[in-house]
Amino acid sequence: MLVGTAVLLVVAVVLSLAVGAQGIAPADVWRHLLASDGSNDAAIVHEVRLPRTLLGVAAGAALGLSGALMQSLSRNPLADPGLLGVNAGAAAAVVAGISLLGVTTVGGYVWLAFAGAGAATVLVYLVGSRSGGPEAAGTPVRLTLAGAAVSAVLMALVWAMTFLDREALDLYRFWAVGSLSGRGLGILVQVLPFLAVGLVVGLLLAVPLNAMALGEDVGRALGLSPGVVRAVTGVVVTLLCGAATAAVGPLVFVGLAVPHIVRGLTGPDDRWVLPLSALAAPVLLLLADVLGRVLAAPAEIQVGVVTAFLGAPALIALAGRRRVTAL
Amino acid sequence: MTAVAAERAAVPSRAGRALVLRLGPLSLRWRVRTLVVGAGLVLAMLALLVVAVSVGARSVAPGEVVLALLGVDTGGSSFIVRELRLPRALCAVGVGAALGMSGALFQTVVRNPLGSPELIGFTQGASAGAVAGIVLAGATGAALAGSALAGGFVAAVVVYLGAFRRGLLGTRLVLVGIGVGAMLNAVTWWLLTRAELTQAQVASAWLVGSLNARSWDHVWLVVVVLAVLAPACLAVAPWLRMIDLGEDAASALGVPVRRAQLVLVVLGVALCALGVAVAGPVPFIALVAPQVSRRLVRGTGLALAPSALTGALLLLAADVVAQHALPVAMPVGVATGVVGGVYLAWVLSREGRRR
Repeated sequence: MLVGTAVLLVVAVVLSLAVGAQGIAPADVWRHLLASDGSNDAAIVHEVRLPRTLLGVAAGAALGLSGALMQSLSRNPLADPGLLGVNAGAAAAVVAGISLLGVTTVGGYVWLAFAGAGAATVLVYLVGSRSGGPEAAGTPVRLTLAGAAVSAVLMALVWAMTFLDREALDLYRFWAVGSLSGRGLGILVQVLPFLAVGLVVGLLLAVPLNAMALGEDVGRALGLSPGVVRAVTGVVVTLLCGAATAAVGPLVFVGLAVPHIVRGLTGPDDRWVLPLSALAAPVLLLLADVLGRVLAAPAEIQVGVVTAFLGAPALIALAGRRRVTAL
Repeated sequence: MTAVAAERAAVPSRAGRALVLRLGPLSLRWRVRTLVVGAGLVLAMLALLVVAVSVGARSVAPGEVVLALLGVDTGGSSFIVRELRLPRALCAVGVGAALGMSGALFQTVVRNPLGSPELIGFTQGASAGAVAGIVLAGATGAALAGSALAGGFVAAVVVYLGAFRRGLLGTRLVLVGIGVGAMLNAVTWWLLTRAELTQAQVASAWLVGSLNARSWDHVWLVVVVLAVLAPACLAVAPWLRMIDLGEDAASALGVPVRRAQLVLVVLGVALCALGVAVAGPVPFIALVAPQVSRRLVRGTGLALAPSALTGALLLLAADVVAQHALPVAMPVGVATGVVGGVYLAWVLSREGRRR
């Protein structure tokens, strides 16, 4: 299964490199990749398609893994960065950066988005874990509600800032739609250290999370501290989502839908679910991106729009099966 | 017993004293507390209305406000009061009332205090429709309201069809609503990236929820639509109370539960559509008003009239605050967004202490 998914990923990468508004034969793409001959086509491959493909792989892996981690930890089938305040935090920080600090490049507001995502996640966790009394505190429902509350306040602030600042709105709308294009390799390099740490630690969490899935008491009996596992998972999720969101904008459904699909194929064992989600999500993201290029050629539809249209029907189909409500 | 009789009903102590009004076959029963709270809300709203029309860049003395409202011409100030501030304040009252009732209907059907038009994709549909209208056709005024309504209704129908399987399961409705809502959000943002910056600005100002520059045309729209919908809501209020007991109990009491749910959702969507058409997707009023009113009247279910009054008062207050109490005048949606979020967090922590 791992091999099959990896093959799919390679196919998606090839498609992402080969398909686009400018028709370039796959053989030529390969030739240009190996050695640039200074032609227009070579420039497109190197400067446009390669960065967005790599960005798609990295952001997809991060979103897939973080979604799977979030869902395993919270036993919440709806856990998604958007629901837990990560997107709103990143958005508020980006707009504040543009509007108050005069940041104008994506490279400049990557860090802000990252900080905002982290701050919002901590805030959501604090609100969620202080509420609902000893039994309910920190449960999925509490956290989701806290996420909704914090997101609402932050989004109101975003609207306030874009209302006052025309330039901020202009920059923000292109980030908020969620896109792999026009971001460049520099962004990827900036977020790569966080993604790498997050991916490695996240995959190592499979065994502790499997034990926790049997219940906190079982986890404790096996020598795990549920609090520590939860905290480490929270940090990893923030690293992954924050970095991905900062780089490509708030993408919905990738982190939500992919782990569900994977779990449907493998069962609930996190030793399978986590790595396969990290491999399968980039496939979805790249194919969605290619689809966006093909559908609207010679213009393109941003990947955030395509993933929403692919992910929502998947979510609705999942909702049809009762099982999803009781993960 | 006479045709019209008010009596002090011997009801269980928890429900409090109640007044029963009988008019032939029709019988209305109001608890004293509900009446007192309702009267209090109306008084507070009237006071706030006077404040709303007197405060501003040029403040008008309350006496002049009253004169202007009575039709005495006092020059410039009567124009400001009658043509600029009063329509806006009345729009806030009407839209707030519509959203409050809409929230009470949805929350009863979904059987969840977090049920709101945002959950069933309606708000997102209306937003996408309106932004499409602005960006693709430069729509303003009635055309803008129309495209918002069209978007909202299409979303509501899609969600309803997607969620309806042997009854309207609450969880399923929410899931489908989230999915459809996300798709429509994506459309909205995509349209915003296609638009000229000026159009994007118009669209985003509308997306926040705003009562800027509302005229008497808007007020009449609100009045006419509410005149149709409010009696319909009163007629279904008994269903609301019984469905609140649970679907099984309701059908045991002879309520056609499926049909009742459909009717309640349609009414809820229509009320919310009115709000969106006039003020844009103002967040949180539909969510918060029924809960606040329930705490005020200390009832068990969500009553429509108190929810409407609470919604009206909340939106009017939010608009006054957003216009005058902040360093820069803001659209009302910014105020309701911040207050609503803080309220939600407060409810979460308060419930924790109580249990």
